[in-house]
Amino acid sequence: MIPEIGNFAIMLALCLALVQSILPIAGSFRGNQRWMALARPAAYGQFIFITFAFVCLVYAFVSNDFSVAYVASNSNSTLPVYYRVSGTWGGHEGSLLLWTQMLVLWTLAVALFSRQLPQETVARVLGVMGLISVGFLCFMLFTSDPFDRLLPAAADGNDLNPLLQDFGMIVHPPLLYMGYVGFSVAFAFAIAALMGGQLDAAWARRSRPWTLVAWMFLTLGIFLGSFWAYYELGWGGWWFWDAVENASFMPWLVGTALIHSLAVTEKRGSFKNWTVLLAIMAFSLSLLGTFLVRSGVLTSVHAFATDPRRGLFILVFLTIVIGGSLLLFAWRAPKVGLGGRFSLFSRESLLLANNVLLVVAAGTVFLGTLYPLFLDALDLGKISVGPPYFEAVFVPLMIPALLLMAIGPFVRWKESKWQDVWRNLRWVGAATLLLALAAVVTLTASPMLVFGLAVAAWILLATGWQLLQRLRHAPAGTSLLLRISSLPRSYWGMLIAHAGIGVFVVGVTLVKGMETANDVRMQIGDTTSAGGYVFRFTDLKDIQGPNYTATQAVFEVTRDGKTIAIMKPEKRLFTVQNMPMTEAAIDRGFTRDLYLALGEPVNKTTWIVRVQHKPFVCWIWAGCLIIAFGGLMAALDRRYRVSRRKRQEEGSAIPSDPLPNTATARG
Amino acid sequence: MKRFLWPLAAFIALVVFLGVGLRLNPREVPSPLIGKPVPAFQLTQLLDADKTISDRDMAGQVWLLNVWASWCVSCRQEHPILVEFAKANVVPIIGLNYKDGRQDGADWLAKFGNPYRVSAFDSAGRVGIDFGVYGVPETFVIDKHGVIRYKQIGPITPEVITDKLLPLIKELNRA
Repeated sequence: MIPEIGNFAIMLALCLALVQSILPIAGSFRGNQRWMALARPAAYGQFIFITFAFVCLVYAFVSNDFSVAYVASNSNSTLPVYYRVSGTWGGHEGSLLLWTQMLVLWTLAVALFSRQLPQETVARVLGVMGLISVGFLCFMLFTSDPFDRLLPAAADGNDLNPLLQDFGMIVHPPLLYMGYVGFSVAFAFAIAALMGGQLDAAWARRSRPWTLVAWMFLTLGIFLGSFWAYYELGWGGWWFWDAVENASFMPWLVGTALIHSLAVTEKRGSFKNWTVLLAIMAFSLSLLGTFLVRSGVLTSVHAFATDPRRGLFILVFLTIVIGGSLLLFAWRAPKVGLGGRFSLFSRESLLLANNVLLVVAAGTVFLGTLYPLFLDALDLGKISVGPPYFEAVFVPLMIPALLLMAIGPFVRWKESKWQDVWRNLRWVGAATLLLALAAVVTLTASPMLVFGLAVAAWILLATGWQLLQRLRHAPAGTSLLLRISSLPRSYWGMLIAHAGIGVFVVGVTLVKGMETANDVRMQIGDTTSAGGYVFRFTDLKDIQGPNYTATQAVFEVTRDGKTIAIMKPEKRLFTVQNMPMTEAAIDRGFTRDLYLALGEPVNKTTWIVRVQHKPFVCWIWAGCLIIAFGGLMAALDRRYRVSRRKRQEEGSAIPSDPLPNTATARG
Repeated sequence: MKRFLWPLAAFIALVVFLGVGLRLNPREVPSPLIGKPVPAFQLTQLLDADKTISDRDMAGQVWLLNVWASWCVSCRQEHPILVEFAKANVVPIIGLNYKDGRQDGADWLAKFGNPYRVSAFDSAGRVGIDFGVYGVPETFVIDKHGVIRYKQIGPITPEVITDKLLPLIKELNRA
């Protein structure tokens, strides 16, 4: 009964989505207040019904209702209850429901926090989001209904894919989808602005906090995916340039360009067309990512069940949404005026360079991801594109972006003198060179490694220097605390995110350049060493988990005779699907991770063991978290809220709000 | 307006490719071994460790090599079809027992039936490497001159037998 109610809730949500998309948009063009006023209640209703359906599905999982086909193929009665909950989004149908859940959540947030916006804008933004929702709800109801019955019911379920039975998998998809779907808000704002023909600074300021929050979630989502792959797949790699990873990385790159471009549009009124196009692209790439993952056109380690009918449906949907918005762009963009002029050396031109580099980088990732498909479609043979391509193409594009990133904040808007910037940064440059020289002398490292560290040092030093300079710029006698708190949060956000990139680069460089990995044949009593640590194989035992059996090896790790850690890698066999899994043991540290994974058994007492020493790998994760935190800080900037309060006092419904002076005054 | 149409044009081109891509199977990878002589091997037999089996033993006739293992779930799915096919006696099937235990493999055949004339015992997986095995089961069709003519990755289905294997075997036998 409950599944039928859930199914019915989805249908009702679809009806509301239709109302939410058609009437408010039509009303915004005919000046019909009542139609426009429908947008908010429809959004609330949609949220309630989808959330209800989601709860029904979770209930079906928790109560082991194997008469629901989706539950039967993704759960099992021996599965611990927290994995039964996360199993809700462990397969195709449930991920779609999660996606829709995120979409209605964002819609709800827009409906709630848009009191200060003109009614036409609200109607159009919510209408566009309703249209997207219509597409996804139809997709779910017609091709992938999570509540389809399996009659007669299965005696027991087929179990959740063992790879997904992990804490990281509980959190990774919701965060990633929050990011993916969050770009729909920026997209909806852009489409609404194109519909109204009003691409102005107010539009940019409105969509900025939304874009930043979505970008922060996407950053966290990608980070968790990578973090999960690192410890769960047992290879010790953290990024594989796999098609599905790329599908999440492309929107991130374009989204990064978008948040920078929005800043220019808000503060200087320039780059409007460019910003709108980036907003369309960021969301289009999110949709394309869904297509690539769900349709099975590309091979990937992320093996979802695929069905060509589903692929066709998403392709048609993609064509309508992206094609329609690009058509609208082609129609409206020529009428958009250029913004403020700027000289060749100004913050605008540096940000433009950054945008171009990021978009080209996203383009190369795109090309590499789809190249096998292009060749295959042209019948030119089957190939696969791997990390060597991506590293060779992506890294050289990122290096200038990284170098420019440190300079950008020192350059003035509109027009700047390179002499001033040089005077500002020469000591930072000298310090960077000095550090690089020190690295060459002390470390026996490859030139690439020294170069990577120098880039990181350049970013971190310049960012720190920028902060110091800003803190000095205050009337004498101002307390440090006041100086710190008087800087706007968006400025802090920028500094923090840039510093996070620096930390990330340190991690990547050192892991890439200095990691060691050995496959050793070991039996109990044997020792091996890596990175100055001695690993001693002390014990081997069989253990029994809730839904798996495992062989657990015990290693004692010592350094200079002192015991550092006891590590227990496992080889698990998940009994329902008869699927072996490598459960690596990781000893994490500030400057290194030790990574042990069991390979194959040679005989009863001898195993092939993969021993890895990974310097500074946690700096990669720390970098990602710092970057995401920077995004959050920027989104929390006071001016997004101040302007709301001010407008409420003025009595709302101002058709086009002028740029507040505070925003232009801030660098 | 024209230059603003470029994004749309690029997108339409992409849609065409994606549409074509939907009809292709990315997992269908042609084996570089097709048209090449079968890799030479000599292994002990699974059920009789004193006897050996080699590719030369099969020279002069069309035969199938089926890579299987007792730990492989898809092999179990394929197995009844293979047993049925063997009964028709169209072509000799040689098994390559891959990265398996001798006892495990023998028990498995006793339990599910033995479609193989002989199974070669490749516990270390060395011969499997020569054959470019990357997923079990895999099936090779080898002609009278010892040349690999076809490779099936993944389980054999009744459709594969009627559409691919039977016509090919008939043609090779005529040659």
